[in-house]
Amino acid sequence: MAAPRVEISDLHVTFGQRGRRVRAVRGVSFSVAAGESYGLVGESGSGKSTILRAICGMAPVSAGSIRIDGRPVPRGRAFARLVQMVFQDPYASLHPRHTVDRVLSEPLAIHGIGDRDRRVLAALAAVGLPRSFRFRFPHQLSGGQRQRVAIARALMLEPEILLLDEPTSALDASVQAEVLNLLQELRAERGLTYLMVSHDLAVIDHMCDRLTVMENGAVVEELRREQLAAGDFRAPYTRRLFEASLEAGG
Amino acid sequence: MIPAAARAWLLSEEPASPLQARLGVAYLGWLRFLRNPLAVAGLIIVLALVAVAALAPWIAPHDPLAQDLANRLRPPLSPGHLLGTDEFGRDILSRLIHGARVTLQIVALVALTAPLFGLLVGTVSGYFGGWTDTVLMRLTDIFLAFPRLILALAFVAALGPGVENAILAIALTAWPPYARVARAETLTVRSADYIAAIRLAGAGHGRIVLRHVAPMCVSSVIIRVTLDMAGVILTAAGLGFLGLGAQPPLPEWGLMVSSGRKFLFDNWWIATMPGLAIFIVSLGFNLLGDGLRDVLDPRGAGR
Repeated sequence: MAAPRVEISDLHVTFGQRGRRVRAVRGVSFSVAAGESYGLVGESGSGKSTILRAICGMAPVSAGSIRIDGRPVPRGRAFARLVQMVFQDPYASLHPRHTVDRVLSEPLAIHGIGDRDRRVLAALAAVGLPRSFRFRFPHQLSGGQRQRVAIARALMLEPEILLLDEPTSALDASVQAEVLNLLQELRAERGLTYLMVSHDLAVIDHMCDRLTVMENGAVVEELRREQLAAGDFRAPYTRRLFEASLEAGG
Repeated sequence: MIPAAARAWLLSEEPASPLQARLGVAYLGWLRFLRNPLAVAGLIIVLALVAVAALAPWIAPHDPLAQDLANRLRPPLSPGHLLGTDEFGRDILSRLIHGARVTLQIVALVALTAPLFGLLVGTVSGYFGGWTDTVLMRLTDIFLAFPRLILALAFVAALGPGVENAILAIALTAWPPYARVARAETLTVRSADYIAAIRLAGAGHGRIVLRHVAPMCVSSVIIRVTLDMAGVILTAAGLGFLGLGAQPPLPEWGLMVSSGRKFLFDNWWIATMPGLAIFIVSLGFNLLGDGLRDVLDPRGAGR
């Protein structure tokens, strides 16, 4: 097996609020190989999104380590060029007073990258949006279009690792499939590594090679896609999740 | 009215430049503004104030400082003096027209300085939180704890009377509410995903505060500024009335009310005319502020 791109070992995240301590993640370990698409599944509150936030430095890591390519996670601009994130709710992740053009060119401006016109147009084309959308405001776009803009923004700095925080759960079912297919195509084209969080096993099954099932901040079990397809899981919690997603999908 | 082609260009769903996109949004706001007749009345009053101030030397029938003791204390509608004359025979209408300049100067300078400072303090305070927030907000509380006119009086007493010092004093006392408003708005914005996204793109704190957080607070602050302008005019007039703002013979409205007070029972118009001017202009700013609130309210802009 190739050297792990992202390696998380015995990660603990604890939110402390004056004596009240919430242990959101408790001793989670997994590793993601380069070019792999890895899923984190669990109910809301199981700590899966917190792991993504911890990787981004937005959650307090109380113990354990996160390593990228065998080294501690860089911060600031170096991190921005290596890892980007797509947020769950495209209605909240785009600045309401910035046009699509501004949203996409801002990362370039921060990193002093030139040739912005061409790059913005290329990014729009890459996520399947027409050029005429360039100067629209977010409120002039549908949910799926917004999420495409958010994906384009995440790709502006040409990162190698993309963190996907339930990228389709706020979208309609028909739009969900389009966005998931877009993400698949982009990964194939650019050789990206995905770490994807979802509560929907069907989405994870569609997207990911391997996955970890989480409950209450701890790992329940790690599965391969084939095992998921064959219904070969040991933990009763995974079975419940599986049945729940069958009902929702059926 | 706006020609159909320009209208179509403004309302285009596919703007071709950032300018067009921005103008389109502004035009939609303008249409919403026009639906409120009181706000339009407020805008007309404020525009009239600006026009009168700009054209004062040409439209004023007399020199505002020229004394004519033979014609003192003429009532309104006397020949050559539409609003009468004051105790030195100066034409009240001309003094009102020139006084619009002083009022506008005070309003413009206060509106440019205090909100900017308040916005900066508020966004920095709200964005960084912790110690920065505590220190800046306690400072704001101290300024808020004094009645505005009293604090302005103290500043003017320390700095010496005059229009410039009155402006400085009013600006120094006017910023805390803007800091409060901007901080409240910042607190709701700073945990938003779009701020997290720009932070993930590697943006520094200065860039986030100035280019991403502050624009979200600007509309609340603008509304507050327009509503406060009436108060600023009244404070300036109050300082003038107390003899601590504009100094005679400058035609400042508050000062004019003050000097007319001595003649109030026999020659009511000397104090009443500038009083009416203050009233109308304050009302205009208030109506305009109300209308802007409907247009700029961030909760309405998403639609």
